[in-house]
Amino acid sequence: MGGIDLEQFKQIFYEESFEGLDTMESGLLGMTEGESDLDVVNDIFRAAHSIKGGSATFGFSAVASFTHVMEGLLDEMRGGKRDATSEIVNILLESVDEIRDLMTAYQNGEEPDTDAMGDLLNRLKKATGAGGDVKEAAAPASQSEAASDEAPREELVRQGWHIEFEPHDDLLLTGNDPVLLLGELASLGDISLSVDDSKLPPFSQLNPEVCYLKWQADLKGEIEESEITEIFEWVEDECDLVLEGIFPERKKSDRREEDRRLTAVVPGEGDRRETSRREKARRPTDAAPKQVSANIRVDTVRIDAIIDMVGELVITQSMLGQLGEEFDMSKLDRMRDGLEQLEYNSRELQEAIMKIRMQPISFAFNRFPRMVHDLSQKLDKKIRLEMVGADTEMDKTVMEKINDPLVHLVRNSLDHGLEGPDERKAACKEEEGVIELKAFHQGGSIVVEVSDDGRGLNRDKLFDKCVEKGLVKESDILTDEQVFMMLFAPGFSTAEKLSDISGRGVGLDVVRRNIESLGGNVDIRSVFGEGTTFVIRLPLTLAVLDGQLLSVDEQTYVLPLGSIVESLQINPEFLSGVAKDAQVYRLRDEYIPIVCLSEVFETGDISENLANKLLVIVEWGDKRVGMLVDDLLGQQQVVIKSLETNYERVKGVSGATILGDGTVSLILDISGIIDLSTDMRGGQQTRAKVAA
Amino acid sequence: MAKILIVDDMASMRKMVAFTLESSGHEVVQADDGDVALEIAKVQSDFALVITDVNMPNMDGITLTAELRKLPPLKFTPILLLTTEAGKEKKMEGKAAGATGWLVKPFDPDKLLMTIKKVLR
Repeated sequence: MGGIDLEQFKQIFYEESFEGLDTMESGLLGMTEGESDLDVVNDIFRAAHSIKGGSATFGFSAVASFTHVMEGLLDEMRGGKRDATSEIVNILLESVDEIRDLMTAYQNGEEPDTDAMGDLLNRLKKATGAGGDVKEAAAPASQSEAASDEAPREELVRQGWHIEFEPHDDLLLTGNDPVLLLGELASLGDISLSVDDSKLPPFSQLNPEVCYLKWQADLKGEIEESEITEIFEWVEDECDLVLEGIFPERKKSDRREEDRRLTAVVPGEGDRRETSRREKARRPTDAAPKQVSANIRVDTVRIDAIIDMVGELVITQSMLGQLGEEFDMSKLDRMRDGLEQLEYNSRELQEAIMKIRMQPISFAFNRFPRMVHDLSQKLDKKIRLEMVGADTEMDKTVMEKINDPLVHLVRNSLDHGLEGPDERKAACKEEEGVIELKAFHQGGSIVVEVSDDGRGLNRDKLFDKCVEKGLVKESDILTDEQVFMMLFAPGFSTAEKLSDISGRGVGLDVVRRNIESLGGNVDIRSVFGEGTTFVIRLPLTLAVLDGQLLSVDEQTYVLPLGSIVESLQINPEFLSGVAKDAQVYRLRDEYIPIVCLSEVFETGDISENLANKLLVIVEWGDKRVGMLVDDLLGQQQVVIKSLETNYERVKGVSGATILGDGTVSLILDISGIIDLSTDMRGGQQTRAKVAA
Repeated sequence: MAKILIVDDMASMRKMVAFTLESSGHEVVQADDGDVALEIAKVQSDFALVITDVNMPNMDGITLTAELRKLPPLKFTPILLLTTEAGKEKKMEGKAAGATGWLVKPFDPDKLLMTIKKVLR
């Protein structure tokens, strides 16, 4: 194909195709039984059609032939000949999956697995009403063979063609030009041409938009009929064309070729076959896996804003540069102003750039309508999915990593959380269960909730199970929350029988680990008989953090600013020890457990004079604790460096950062510290109070 | 060389056609649907050729063809439809709307350049 590298356009095509597939999928999911919204069907058809055309062009023959069949069914639906029954919708949804798999294979530079296609093609064909014999469709390569076998063979050697070409009046109105057509004809061989202008009216009556002329041509040379008909293909209905072969001896009986002209021309087939062969031949050597680059789509408004800011930054910088060149103390104020401006500029720029990575969580949510649709059929449950806050933006990396945990939680709710219709009826609930996905910002975090209105967790049953599994002792006193959290213990499974929907007991612990590795946490709220909610809390971004610097035993630590509720000087009157060591502080009407950082990090002793210390009240989830610190230093944005990549995971520390003066400071992980402190005191009581 | 208007909602196709034509020296204007194309054609009337996809949102290629034919400067301008093989009906529908001819996908750069020679004056 020419000297043109198609690769760059392929990338665009992959993206467009996946978008198109998403459109198809959400359109299909929106269809209600027996009634098809024409606009939606049209959208779906168009997407399929575009994918078909593109894949043929780029040599993705498997996709092209598959979408061709699919398009047939969609076309019938579009024409109102077929209703969107749930069976048809399901076949189409499976087809969307199939195409997605095929495209993914092509994108990864693999030869797609077409084995599974045959069965689906059969079902598509059957649904289209084309009926039984689908073998030829299952072998897409065979259909292109048909093109070659029809060219008529002459016994005598043809010397050329006699051609009569009479344009209709309206030929010019389609933008065709007889002169150009005849020019094309002349390029095929030796031509002798005569024009018949007998119909040409006098000049005064001449309509320049009408073609009055007709032509006769004798064309000599070894020329296939198809070469000629191809030239006139576009004007087939706007002209009368007569073709007669010229032979050395007698003309073969007055055979009029007109009737069968064009039948031999199946444009495009030949090229496609060639393309697909080339594709196949190239694959084996081309086996090195392609690195799929991760792209991000950014609103141009955001980019323009950044460019603006960079402009301002450059201005500030040059102003400072000038000041610096001839600096004396009289210019100190201007220098300060400039530096302030610089700080403002860089902060704005930083925020704007961080925003590039922010994407609406709908990207992660969008897969769920399909999943819920499929699984509810499989499980024979009636389920409605509601999504709230799909516009909430979060960091792309965080979103990618939260995908799997979310899928797992939704599956879990579908499978274990929600009851079947009968059970729901018996419990006086609506037959249709509801799963709600909800996202919102809270402080410096993003909260994602997965809730169902299903049967809820049975605390006692769960507790017994934990005992049975040896996770807790029968004598242990646990809060409801603690019992629920046992779901996340490694190897725990609530389903009495294993199902293929939500795995086999490996999983929820992985979900929790994944979320915690992102610096987030997950909680469970549940009311028996009413439903269960998983609450995931995640940091807005993984790269920077608004931090409060504080010092404990001469060490500087960073605490996420968003988690701080308030800071106060300790008033010893409000201090009290409930248990032996467990200190709590009475803050207005609330008792707040105290965490001593010196103790947790073993850098000092709690017995020191508490009155000299400050209490920083922090919030994590719905827990509040007071942290004892020596002093509060400044607030600043810090860049988070992962400890795991540079050292190893340390409990209670979510990362490290480098401060302005070059020293390294640890960033505190509040939930980890709470756990640590609880462990140290060995008291479940503390936690009990926390939850209260 | 010639000034050509290309209309296709699929960016991959549109850009590829544009790239092919630009590489052989033509001036190309791109539009991503029929509505946009029509607006462009109303202000820039000196196109020597219009190449349009058939299936597009908002305004499809056939409606676009009919609308373009209503603009006096484009009354005789060649308009080629980009279609997928079969679709005889579509081609006829296109012709009825005033299309000059069609380019059949799969798209092939060489074939494109050959074909447009047939209509560029």
